[in-house]
Amino acid sequence: MTLIHLFFILTVVLYGCATAAYLACLVRTSPPLTRWAGRILSVGFTTHLLSTIHLAVNMKYLPLTNMQESLSFFSLAVVGSFILFERRYKVTTLGSFVVPVALIMLTASSSLHAEARQLPPILQSNWFWFHALLAFASYACFTIAAGVAVMYLIQRYFLKTKHFGALFQRLPSLETMDDISYRCLTVGWPLLTIAIISGSIWSDQAMGSYWIWDRKQTWSLIIWVIYAALLHGRITIGWRGKRAAILSIIGFIVVLFTFFSMKHSITW
Amino acid sequence: MNIVVVGLSHKTATVKIREKVAFSPNNIEKPLGELITLDGIIEGVIISTCNRVEIYATTRDIAGGIARIKRFMAEYHHLIFEELEPHLYSYHAEDAIRHVFRVASSLDSMVVGEPQILGQIKTSYGYAAEFKSSGIILNRFLHKAFSVAKRVRTETRIATSAVSVAFAAVELAKKVLGDLSDKTVMLIGAGEMCELAAKHFVNSGAKGVMVTNRTFERAQRLSQEFGGVAVPFESFLEHLHLADIVLSSTGAPHCIIGPKDVEEVVKRRRFKPIFFIDIAVPRDIDPKVDGVESAYLFTVDDLQEIVQANLAQRSLEAEKAEEIINQEIGQFHKWLSTLEVTPTIVSLRNRFDEIRRAELEKTISGWKDLPPDAEKRLETLTLAMMNKLLHSPTTLLKQTGQGGRVDLYVDALRQLFGLEAPRRDDEELELEE
Repeated sequence: MTLIHLFFILTVVLYGCATAAYLACLVRTSPPLTRWAGRILSVGFTTHLLSTIHLAVNMKYLPLTNMQESLSFFSLAVVGSFILFERRYKVTTLGSFVVPVALIMLTASSSLHAEARQLPPILQSNWFWFHALLAFASYACFTIAAGVAVMYLIQRYFLKTKHFGALFQRLPSLETMDDISYRCLTVGWPLLTIAIISGSIWSDQAMGSYWIWDRKQTWSLIIWVIYAALLHGRITIGWRGKRAAILSIIGFIVVLFTFFSMKHSITW
Repeated sequence: MNIVVVGLSHKTATVKIREKVAFSPNNIEKPLGELITLDGIIEGVIISTCNRVEIYATTRDIAGGIARIKRFMAEYHHLIFEELEPHLYSYHAEDAIRHVFRVASSLDSMVVGEPQILGQIKTSYGYAAEFKSSGIILNRFLHKAFSVAKRVRTETRIATSAVSVAFAAVELAKKVLGDLSDKTVMLIGAGEMCELAAKHFVNSGAKGVMVTNRTFERAQRLSQEFGGVAVPFESFLEHLHLADIVLSSTGAPHCIIGPKDVEEVVKRRRFKPIFFIDIAVPRDIDPKVDGVESAYLFTVDDLQEIVQANLAQRSLEAEKAEEIINQEIGQFHKWLSTLEVTPTIVSLRNRFDEIRRAELEKTISGWKDLPPDAEKRLETLTLAMMNKLLHSPTTLLKQTGQGGRVDLYVDALRQLFGLEAPRRDDEELELEE
């Protein structure tokens, strides 16, 4: 077993433990449990980051070039942004909704096989790396937004049906979740915008046209429009709450769809 | 030495009786002084709050001590003993320790988990310490009670949830609106519950208060109290969009706020959530309002439900607390019972030695031609006899002191040999050693 495999398995195990701890936080209130969940996740994130860097140094390019690498990177970005949001908003329960997603992505990634291969010349452009990094950062923001949206809908359901159980007590306030969701949008959407622009510059370099209306570009544009509409609606007429939550979940589903279908789009 | 507790509380006496036996803190030196001059009472502490009056004391004679304290409570307040007596409870030994630990941990309070009681006991103990009515045992006992209460507070969640309707309203609003510090409350109508809830909201940081009432003067008076503004009742709907929290309790026979009104308001607020609490019967706010996006309506019944759930949660936590208390009782009781082992052994020895010397003296003084070394021999003989006789009870007492019911032996020895009770200073010396 190579070092890279070892790191990888360690990361999966740590994310698994963190997932278990965060799910346990939903059922019982215990400050030590919350602290440990955070610690385990941070350690997992560190090993994940180190193994990604290690891989990048070994291969001399960012590990974003096939489905396996991309899923792992997606999961890294999700965990990283969750850690940032958790620092800022102190919402442990968010972890119960987001960390499992990261775990699933990473596990799925490990089940895929990566063959050693030559990097196609089409990907040897700085614009591509720039584009891909930003795209993943924006996807991570949208993942958090979707997690918060699910929580929002659950909490709203409890409030409207007057069910004041244990989960109701543990979920944050509607306003807090709305705040987080808005923050995700205001960070994620500009990132996506720049990602699309840099992507089209790369497209021009690689294929000679800024916009070729392939599946990837079309779907990226659809995602961009969905989130632009959400952001616009929120700023102008105050779309928030339930409507915003549903739209951010739809947005995320489209993101996932795009992500899993892009493999077929370009020459990989 | 025994700890005894005599008292009454909200569980055994109505407020009418409780207020008659209350001890005023301004004049606490007098009853404390009288308490420790009672026959057989060594140390005493008086706790007097609006929900309970209790006396903690140490005595060697449990039954007599309790009886004298009961009589003292009646006589001090010029009450007829027979009328007061049925309301009084008394505890001794482990039960007394458990009772005081439970009281300090707020398990015996009217609202279980309320935090004031610990402070009240600390203050009462402070007086007893100041006027030197409490000694080595009660000092240690109450400090132990404080630390047990602290443990209960940190290790269980007994004091964390809302158990009043007004407080539940605030907790619920926080679940919708998050931080309340930039929020505005609107009070419609004036009801006691409404005002109380408004006070809770202001205490939790709510920024602005608007008050409206059919009688505008009343609205003005109330708004001054909260440092808010009065709004004419006729136009309150036009101000509704400024409120984040609406508390309504008018005597109106039909609904004064309907879903149409709220839809307007929500639009003007650009879907920022608005939180309604309807306390009025019949209702002020149409139940359909809850169906409006971004509007959240709750009635008193909903709040009551939260309170009930929290109370149930508390009783679960209370079980954990009892467990903690049980652990601590064992420890304290052990300390208390070993406290008297050494002084008892010393006085037992002294008693034997006294008798030995007296008898030796008698024998020698009446002896005419005493052989030269006889006095020394007799001394050795009697001393050896005494030591042999005392050896086994002393060993047993010391071993029992490691755990077990040593107080039984101590009491038996004291009564069998007529030993004097050590004075308080002796005990203090004992602890310093």
